[in-house]
Amino acid sequence: MEAGPLHLIEAQDLACWRAERLVFAGLAFTVAPGEALLLTGANGAGKSSLLRVLAGLIPLAEGRLLWEGADAFVDQTAHGARLRYLGHQDALKPALTAKENLAFYARLHGGDVAAALDALGLSALADLPARVLSSGQKRRLALARLVLAPAPLWLLDEPSVGLDAASVERLAPLFAAHRAAGGVVLAATHLPLPLPDARELRL
Amino acid sequence: MIALLGRELRLAIRHPADTLSAVMFFVLVAALFPFGVGPSPELLARLAPGALLAAALLAALLPLDRLFGAEAEDGSLDQLLLSGLHPAGIAAVKALGHWITTGLPLVLATPIAAALLNLPTEAWGTAMLALGLASAILSVFGAAGAALTLGARRGGVLLPLLVLPLSIPAVIFGAAAIEAAANGLAARPYLLLEAALLALAAPLAPLAAGAALRGD
Repeated sequence: MEAGPLHLIEAQDLACWRAERLVFAGLAFTVAPGEALLLTGANGAGKSSLLRVLAGLIPLAEGRLLWEGADAFVDQTAHGARLRYLGHQDALKPALTAKENLAFYARLHGGDVAAALDALGLSALADLPARVLSSGQKRRLALARLVLAPAPLWLLDEPSVGLDAASVERLAPLFAAHRAAGGVVLAATHLPLPLPDARELRL
Repeated sequence: MIALLGRELRLAIRHPADTLSAVMFFVLVAALFPFGVGPSPELLARLAPGALLAAALLAALLPLDRLFGAEAEDGSLDQLLLSGLHPAGIAAVKALGHWITTGLPLVLATPIAAALLNLPTEAWGTAMLALGLASAILSVFGAAGAALTLGARRGGVLLPLLVLPLSIPAVIFGAAAIEAAANGLAARPYLLLEAALLALAAPLAPLAAGAALRGD
């Protein structure tokens, strides 16, 4: 017998319908602590839908999602608390400064705003309104939400879109620290991400 | 919850256009009325209670379709739903934010509109109370309506059709209160009935809104 759960996440026979179209069905995978799983596939293959299903933002049509062996969606609030979701949109308010945007999420999740800004190289832009940031800078600000307070499950939808090579490199230590602490990364991507030994799930 | 309310108010301060346009709309409707009614101050004063209520509710409706629409478009709604706040709590805070940024300024602008409509000055206080209650009722029903029409095409058209019929009792009792005060009668019973409507709607409408938000 194994001591402790072998898998952090176990997806069994997941299916998802969007607008009366079957996006995927019979999807099964497991992720162990510290692992990274890259979701790849053509546009419209259901990568974003899968991430939203895993986050609990789209109701599961079929199948089960187990977290440490127990049904993940029994307690939606607890599931929300153990994950950080980065969607297509950056969820920033253009009228608020970078620091204010992040401070709002710090009040929800806890965490140190200054440290998170620094981790993504945004300290110099802290007092600029988000509306004047470039798209890459906005993406980095959205990514800074991940490092505010630890959460074991990162669900990232195209995290590196709009980022320059240096910014993508900046993610490497963040991903590494998260995985070293037993966290997992599930990322939908078309671009290479600094996630060594990541497994690939082709949709 | 307090964090969310704080953000709502901060955004309203940075973007005063929404609040200002609602107040301007309210005052302009009140200013147009005398031109339509013609040179008859008595008739204008008779119409004033109903006109005030109708103008205020329509003005409060203006920013309503952006209540959740803006949050959904920029992805903030997903983050809020995952943040551990109860969806009904999110809706309640949004309704409260809507009232503070729209209803309260309308209450403050009521004396201007009341003067334009030749409402006797002794009824102004009652008019402010009645409008405050009516706009609060609209805010809670409006939050439910905005959550239900979120993602619907032409949601902006659907929203008034859903919300305004629910606000009819607020108009009836609010106008009755103002009319009673203008005629030197007791406005209190009507205001209490209006407050009772708010007491009924305030806990129930956010639950409906929360269920609609969660249901994708």
